[in-house]
Amino acid sequence: MSKLLSPAKTEVLFMGNEAIARGALEAGVSVVSGYPGTPSSEVIERLSDVAKERNLYVEWSTNEKVALEVAAAASFAGLRSMCVMKQNGVNVASDFLLHLASSGTRGGIVLVECEDPGALSSVNEGESRYFARMLEIPLLEPASIQEARDLTKWAFELSEKIRNIVILRSVTRMSHASSNVICGRLPEKYRTARFISDGSFMDPLRGPVVSTPVVIKHDLQQKKLQTAVELFEKSPFNSYCGPKRPELLIITSSACFLYSKEAIEMLGLQKRVGILKLSCTWPLPVKLLKKHLRLTDKIMVVEEVLPFLEENIKVAAMGMLKDTGIKTFYGKMDETLPSVGELNPDIVAVALGKIMKVKPKSLPADYLREIQKVAPKIPPREQTFCPGCPHRASFWNINTALKLDGREGIVCGDIGCYAMAALFPAIGFNTVRTLHSMGSGTGLASGFAKLVAFGLDKPVLAVCGDSTFYHAVIPALINAQHNKADITFIVMDNAGTAMTGFQPHPGLDLSAIGESVPSVEIAAICRAIGAKVAVCDPFDLEAASKILTSFMAERGSLKVLIMKQACALSPEKKGKKQYQMKVSEELCLGDNCGCNHLCTRIFRCPALTWDRAKKKALIDEVICAGCGVCYSICPQKAITRTEAAS
Amino acid sequence: MRKKSSNINLQSKVYRGGKEEATQSYSTIRRGADDAANKGRRMNANLYKEPTNIIITGVGGQGNVMASRVLAGMLVNAGYVVTIGETFGMSQRGGSVMSHLRVSSTSVLSPQIPQGRADIVIALEPVEALRVLVKYGNPDVAVLTNSRMVYPMGVITGDFTYPSLDEVKSMFEKISAKNWIIDATSVAVDLGNPVLSNIVMIGALAGTSLLPIDRRAFEKEIAKSIPANKREINLKAFDTGFKIL
Repeated sequence: MSKLLSPAKTEVLFMGNEAIARGALEAGVSVVSGYPGTPSSEVIERLSDVAKERNLYVEWSTNEKVALEVAAAASFAGLRSMCVMKQNGVNVASDFLLHLASSGTRGGIVLVECEDPGALSSVNEGESRYFARMLEIPLLEPASIQEARDLTKWAFELSEKIRNIVILRSVTRMSHASSNVICGRLPEKYRTARFISDGSFMDPLRGPVVSTPVVIKHDLQQKKLQTAVELFEKSPFNSYCGPKRPELLIITSSACFLYSKEAIEMLGLQKRVGILKLSCTWPLPVKLLKKHLRLTDKIMVVEEVLPFLEENIKVAAMGMLKDTGIKTFYGKMDETLPSVGELNPDIVAVALGKIMKVKPKSLPADYLREIQKVAPKIPPREQTFCPGCPHRASFWNINTALKLDGREGIVCGDIGCYAMAALFPAIGFNTVRTLHSMGSGTGLASGFAKLVAFGLDKPVLAVCGDSTFYHAVIPALINAQHNKADITFIVMDNAGTAMTGFQPHPGLDLSAIGESVPSVEIAAICRAIGAKVAVCDPFDLEAASKILTSFMAERGSLKVLIMKQACALSPEKKGKKQYQMKVSEELCLGDNCGCNHLCTRIFRCPALTWDRAKKKALIDEVICAGCGVCYSICPQKAITRTEAAS
Repeated sequence: MRKKSSNINLQSKVYRGGKEEATQSYSTIRRGADDAANKGRRMNANLYKEPTNIIITGVGGQGNVMASRVLAGMLVNAGYVVTIGETFGMSQRGGSVMSHLRVSSTSVLSPQIPQGRADIVIALEPVEALRVLVKYGNPDVAVLTNSRMVYPMGVITGDFTYPSLDEVKSMFEKISAKNWIIDATSVAVDLGNPVLSNIVMIGALAGTSLLPIDRRAFEKEIAKSIPANKREINLKAFDTGFKIL
């Protein structure tokens, strides 16, 4: 039995994302959709595992906007539904979200968005809480793993009460943190879907679901927010702990609550500093705020990414000056706390110590001296493509083709593991030049190609992964074809959404819940658009770079090369070697070879190392994935490969 | 043993009387002295230190996350409150991976351990142990490390040097209270799969007696988390690790 279905009252170790999934199950969710993205993916993964047992429909949608539409349809039919995405997914979904918030909803619907302060697994520090304010939607932020379960469950009740969507915001240190969670009861009954739309425009439960008449519906939407904030004022999810009249009041939400609590303990300030933990953060519960502002003169707001709470609190405090008097605020805006990057207990303790004039206990000086001696001896460990990764071979091919072509072609990057080629140029052989949002590499390439008339006459290439192709590349590709943009577009198809854990996408014939579904072929789509299409294996270095050079030489049209090879970590490949690799000590000339360590210095596979004693290349058998590609790169043919016994 | 850190009751001013969900939530964040759930927990206070801060570190792909889940699962089964903070995803491809485990008789804590406050460091790779120690170490920290080196790209390309195992050992002597270096990967390769080295390490950890975990606790946890056909080999890995020390 899945841990997610543990009986009521049992205490289970849940990851934050699992706690969210459990909360949704307890709320009786029926439909769950989303698009994979770290740190959000496990919510849907875990729910798809129990879909059959709990009568759920779970899908990985092509992108976040479609996902939200799928979830909204269930709400319109009276079911409870949830849509899950990472922070930048909200940008993608936001156009529909604006209209959804205006039309209102029926069955409880929750948008779970997981942010990544410090961009641990992102190429942005996107902040999505402002969408709640901008689009006038209630916002909840759990401050512990238990609360992730509790608050998710309550979010559905709130959504149903106000008949509008509710946003639940998590962060990496909440979604990917784990702790003991006490489970509640799973419902025994399931709802039936019914969509009624023959009532009047103003009937929220029987009329057509539209955002018109706009001004009247907008007014109604704001009244819903008022109902929400009245509940927030009394909600036990917003709570205070600390002395009656704290010298300093910390106002915080999410993981920052745990950091703040720890910082207070580290400095021994339990009797001087209090914490107002807000888990219902928009609209701001102003009466509750006023009550606490009256009891203190100094306030520090602790939060991650942008100063959302801080701004809202300051605006609210302006309106209550007469009752509360003038306060001193500390936070991101006065640089008491850093304005970028993720926080942790140490950073909060330093800020708190500065205000309260206390110093955290430091380690003994002689220990610190020893640490200082050790630190420079630790070699850094930069990220790299895994051993056997098809992307290493793909970028090798692209680099070879660019060199053969000789015109300094421009390569636009995209989002996936292969984004590392842009983040760490050496591992992508210095090929990729741009990196933005999903699908934007192809749009940029389409634009670069039109700059010939202005003097930029270079071959233009774009790369994308298979999942990204379906998510946002198709419109850009149609744009390129229709506007006659001369680009060579490369799909690095590794058979799944590899970076986030092999979630299925429309190119595969299996759905999130294991149903067999028709696969939508990338090559067929590209051909239908009118592009010239070729498919190859990136591990066949000679064939791949040959096609690429010929595509780049062919002027005036859209060319697509699909490089197909499954990810080295994919379930079908993991732990299985196709080849047994070896470096022949006789053939490897080592330091005396003119290649100047091509295999270790340029190719950069973690399994291809250098034996310093023998001064020759060496395969690390424990790490080697047996892809066989390095066999083709050694000019001396000193790397040998033999088919591994299966 | 250190003095138990004081658990100041921060929840005296919690707004009670709300929904069942919310009060439950707060009591888990900081269980008060008179909390019924807390009383049961006190009986289990066999911790090295309250709370005990553990860091499991290694290189992406070494089974770091699984080791942290298994260890945490064993401790939760034994009645402790465990908070884990993990970093994984794209940022970890081939890079350093770290799990922070905080074991307490009573409290949920920050998923990030403050600097200089690790009590136990378990490393699947030697320089990763050093990397963690220089940030989270203190004169009382205990270190258990796998001796198998995974060279960072910069070492492979020749831009950086990797310290010898003797150098690593002498650095451990200076910046930790206790240290053990074992060849877990060789044990795992002998058992048929290098990926088992994480479980060999967990077995060795049980052998150090730093934590209230044993073979039975391991058996109980993997019965829940590991498919039946893989349990025997994992038990073997645990046992071999346990006997190494």
